[in-house]
Amino acid sequence: MESVGNIVMYFIIAIAIIVFSVLAVTSRKILRSATYLLFVLFAAAGIYFQLGYEFLGATQIAVYAGGIMVLFVFAILLTHQPNALAEPLPFKKKILGLVACILGVIVCGYALISYPEFCGVTKPELFSLDMNRLGKALLGTEKYQYLLPFEAISVLLLACIIGGIVIARKDKE
Amino acid sequence: MELTMLYYLIPSIFMFGCGVYGFITRRNMVSILISLELMLNAVDINFVVFNRFLFPGQLEGMFFTLFAIALAAAETALVIAIIINIYRVARNVDVRDLSKMKF
Repeated sequence: MESVGNIVMYFIIAIAIIVFSVLAVTSRKILRSATYLLFVLFAAAGIYFQLGYEFLGATQIAVYAGGIMVLFVFAILLTHQPNALAEPLPFKKKILGLVACILGVIVCGYALISYPEFCGVTKPELFSLDMNRLGKALLGTEKYQYLLPFEAISVLLLACIIGGIVIARKDKE
Repeated sequence: MELTMLYYLIPSIFMFGCGVYGFITRRNMVSILISLELMLNAVDINFVVFNRFLFPGQLEGMFFTLFAIALAAAETALVIAIIINIYRVARNVDVRDLSKMKF
């Protein structure tokens, strides 16, 4: 049995995710849609916290809400008029998008519903998720340990920094 | 009331659907990137939820999400560099006007 606080938190998070993700893709002001995206990211971090993965929730807030949103805001302010409205969508395109979206949701939802024993799984006990275990799993070389992807990610980030500088640099003429 | 796995998967389905809708209908490159982030996050939530509910003793889904977040950060930084560069050349970030590289 869940505690009442957990259930209330779950509903707040779920409603926030649904409402703000709809707003993020329909808002005509781009800075606003970036702000709604920020709220969605916070709600996703809330789900991670609620499921017991505190490290992941902290990463989500630090990387997404801290890093990526700053990039978004910079990009928007560098490339847009502050108060410009996006032009309204043509009807045909809106219908096309809605059909694709609803078809996708129906297919996924049907796949979920057709395994009732699978989606009725209740939350099992989470055991021993302390930083000791996380750190050993992240920096070990045995089975179920992740040193190689960790190093690969660090090289990728370096390549990405260099690539970003090269692409965004102004040519000297 | 019991919060089963379905309860956590429903918001992520909605999030993914919104991402698809925005990806198809938006014309602004930054908006398209925002929709892409929505879809990525929906998938991340799915990984974590499956990990937590089906294999609570293991950490595979969690680490997959951790690496996916790092990849998303790298990808966003590069895409935004490209967008700013495009803005310098074309003075615009509307995908309809970016036809210089078309045959």
